[in-house]
Amino acid sequence: MAFNSILYNNPEITYSGESSTIPSCFHDLNLDLMADTLTAGREEYNLKPIYYDRLRSSDEIYYRQDVFKDLENPDLTTKLKLFGKKMQTIRSQEVAAGKLFYKYHRERWILETINYYCNSVEDLCNDLLSVDIKSEGLQSFSAYLKEYLNSDQFKYMSGRAKKILTDLSAIQYSILYRNLRVQVMEYSPATDYAEEIKRSFSRFTESQVKDYRIEYKSYPLEMNDVEAKILDGVVFLYPDVFADLEDFCNKHREYPDRIICTFDREIQFYISYLDFINNLRDAGLNFCYPVIASGSKEINSFDAFDIVLANKLCTEKLPVVLNDFYLGGKERVIIVSGPNQGGKTTFARMFGQLHYLSGLGCPVPGTRAQLFLPDNLLTHFEKEEDIKNLRGKLKEDLVRMNDIIQNATESSILILNEIFNSTTLQDQVFLSKRIMQKIIELDLVCVCVTFIDELADMDRKIVSMVSTIVPDNPAIRTYKVLCRPADGLAYAISIAEKYNLTYKSLKDRLKI
Amino acid sequence: MNVFLLYKDRDFHLNQQLPWNEQALIRDLELDTLFSAMAGSDKFLHEVAEHTVLSGINCDMETIMYRQEILRDCINNQSVVKDLFSLANDAIENEKARPWGLFNKWPSSILRRSLHAMRMYIIILKSLRNLAEENHTKFRSEGFNRFFERILSDLSDDYFDEIQGHLESLKFPDGILVSTRLGNGNKGSDYLLHKPVPGERGKFRKLMEDFIYRQNQEERLLWMAWLLKTDRESYTFSISPRDEGGIRALGKLKDEGINSVASTLAQSNDNILGFFYMLKTEIGFYIGALNLHKKLSALNEPVSFPVPVADGPFIHTAKGLYDACLALTMGKQLVGNDLGARHKKLVIITGANQGGKSTFLRSIGLSQLMMQSGLFVPAVSFTASLADSVLTHFKREEDTSMTSGKFDEELDRMNTIINNITHRSIILFNESFSATNEREGSEIAGQIVSALLEKNIMIFFVTHLYEFAHSFFSRNSEDYLFLRAGREADTTRTFRLTEGEPQQTSYGEDIFYSIFKPDKESETLN
Repeated sequence: MAFNSILYNNPEITYSGESSTIPSCFHDLNLDLMADTLTAGREEYNLKPIYYDRLRSSDEIYYRQDVFKDLENPDLTTKLKLFGKKMQTIRSQEVAAGKLFYKYHRERWILETINYYCNSVEDLCNDLLSVDIKSEGLQSFSAYLKEYLNSDQFKYMSGRAKKILTDLSAIQYSILYRNLRVQVMEYSPATDYAEEIKRSFSRFTESQVKDYRIEYKSYPLEMNDVEAKILDGVVFLYPDVFADLEDFCNKHREYPDRIICTFDREIQFYISYLDFINNLRDAGLNFCYPVIASGSKEINSFDAFDIVLANKLCTEKLPVVLNDFYLGGKERVIIVSGPNQGGKTTFARMFGQLHYLSGLGCPVPGTRAQLFLPDNLLTHFEKEEDIKNLRGKLKEDLVRMNDIIQNATESSILILNEIFNSTTLQDQVFLSKRIMQKIIELDLVCVCVTFIDELADMDRKIVSMVSTIVPDNPAIRTYKVLCRPADGLAYAISIAEKYNLTYKSLKDRLKI
Repeated sequence: MNVFLLYKDRDFHLNQQLPWNEQALIRDLELDTLFSAMAGSDKFLHEVAEHTVLSGINCDMETIMYRQEILRDCINNQSVVKDLFSLANDAIENEKARPWGLFNKWPSSILRRSLHAMRMYIIILKSLRNLAEENHTKFRSEGFNRFFERILSDLSDDYFDEIQGHLESLKFPDGILVSTRLGNGNKGSDYLLHKPVPGERGKFRKLMEDFIYRQNQEERLLWMAWLLKTDRESYTFSISPRDEGGIRALGKLKDEGINSVASTLAQSNDNILGFFYMLKTEIGFYIGALNLHKKLSALNEPVSFPVPVADGPFIHTAKGLYDACLALTMGKQLVGNDLGARHKKLVIITGANQGGKSTFLRSIGLSQLMMQSGLFVPAVSFTASLADSVLTHFKREEDTSMTSGKFDEELDRMNTIINNITHRSIILFNESFSATNEREGSEIAGQIVSALLEKNIMIFFVTHLYEFAHSFFSRNSEDYLFLRAGREADTTRTFRLTEGEPQQTSYGEDIFYSIFKPDKESETLN
């Protein structure tokens, strides 16, 4: 099976599947922030489209997970990073060489770059062979590399490049400067005059004195007129080697192998993600490789967290609260209620992120997870009122909701965050119950963040989770979301008390 | 090319460390007078004299004898030595006088300057060689013999020719020839400079070439090819004189080729200058000695070469020892003293005021320093052990910073001295601890001296403290010597010191009456 891509395991499909349209759930789940962080400094690889494209089958997911597992070996990652740097150098040298004015100067650079490319690829092949690789992806690529290096084409190019370089480096010539005239001549051996002078004056140079020599730094990417003319002279004297050089450059204009270049880009996806989560691991958080539940909607996760929030907290050296969830048997819906600012939305995001990231084949937050591969990940978070939209907020919400329900199938995942806030409580309860019924009918997996606790009792498919507070100090949130019956206390009062905004406090403050 | 006239096998450096108490020594022993006598008004010679005499305390026996021999040679060949000195001076002055222009570190400028300087040095080096040739047989000392030997062998006629040849080639009359290999980016790397082979093309052809190339800037013109055919395949082009950038680039390439030789030449210049500077310094010492010799002889004062003794218990014997600085200051011959201190550790000097005690003490210190730096000494004869430091504890004025009283200050200085004592120190005490009453002073002096005597240290103590002097006298030790400043019956001082028991009076009366002339009618003031 010929290797095509380290991201996709189906060799027949040449992926044009990467879209550059951002999925609608991306922003709600804060994954756009994560994508920004991951791609910072790697803009040249254009990695974002990879993040927009969720995989379709568990095979593809495990393909990527295996590559990730191989890359957990820091030795391998270091070697791949090195290769990435070399490729960057090659690209920049190519660009620089393209701008060079003098033909033989430019061609020499092209030759050097091609030689560097050949060496880099050889090194990569050796590196891969020296490390223990288990994933199908990397093994397949390694085999591809071996084949490529053994191909006649590559061997010819590599061998010829080295030969021409050797030939060029062996060229020696003499230059005679007389006034404004420069004469380039064939080399004939002669004594080192500087040595002779040194010897002769050695009587006077016994003790350590100042070195008056100027350090001449070499700038091989620059060449001035005079040097170019001298080079022309060398070409005149040794035409064969330079004819070889010209021929070589013409023949091998398109030298980098397409598959290798693709690999160079795609492997950055893995490396950047691992760098990101290793930071969090250093702070004590865990990541795991989720099992993909096929044919079952029993999902669970332990010690998970919102990856974007965790990144922020870790940079500020603050602790991260871990949460679990569990849906077994016929359970499908999680209703999350509880005090404000308790971590409900974070919980919902975490749920969404876990499913999205596992759908990319990545390791996810937590010590253990079994997750579901949805055909669609739909979210409904509160949006700002759009003044151009003449519908009014409630209608807008309902229209969106309708779109979502229309697009949802039983294999979708739906995340709702405080819907229908722009109306009275009675209406809210009515609307929410209706929507919930539809969701239950569809049998899809859903997380709904709401303060309407009645929803939790509607059906056996529904699991109630509540964000908790410290019992002695109701103003303090633990950010732990636990399985509990909804108890109807929104604890908004406690927050109001904290800010002295209860009726009693206000009376005092305003002296009514 | 080495001088090695102060040390047998190394250079003398003016910046070497001087003894920690150099200021005290200069002050107490009036050394400035000595240095001025050696240097005249020349500031450089003064510095040389100061450094050589003061650092002499570190010289070993071999070095001292080495220098004595050289000094003898100098005395016998004064004009040659003076010529050597002015040669070195000329080289240095010429170098200073040359205008360097704007500081330019590029190899072509460095080469140009260095060639110019080298030509000047060659002339002076030739004179040096001639001087050596004419005079080396007149010198006996190891130092001078080896010095002249080196000059004659290093600066032969053949060598001068060789150098001259190089100086001409380094003007590159036939152009700069380099060879190189093709490096990164197809630019030249590792340039090696070669001497262009002259006569590769005949003179006529050279002229033709120059003419043709002036006419046409093109690389090769076919119809001229037969004229310009050279022995080797070549490719030639010219830079237009109006092409500023090209000329600059060409200059840089040429510079890269001559980088190494320019530096070598500049380094050689530095070293030659260094050699002359060293020569001026080391000869400067002997010039100073000659000046001193002349001045003392003019006063009819005797000088002689001392005999240093390396190890064993201290020996100090002298005949006709006098304080040279005093003689120079007063401009007349002084009374000399004899001293016979064999295996003595303590010499206590008492006696008449203005009797020459301090003078004697100074003459001891001065002679010690002069001997150890290889000079002659102000005496008819002088034999002394080598010391590794000379320490002085003389009277000082009241502390102008008013931080301590006089006695405090004396003890403070004593403390510093103790901190810096070495195995073979010579300490000169001049009326120390007299800033308090006699009883206390004696007690303290006694304690300090007793402690010091337990170490291998030589002490000379001028004092009026009778109890202190007497207590040591009574011990009747073989290790102690007691000298007294004499007084004639008519109260004139002899300025001679003789052995004698300390006495209770120092004949202050005499001095009193010499100032306050006794009136026959007025009452006595006893």
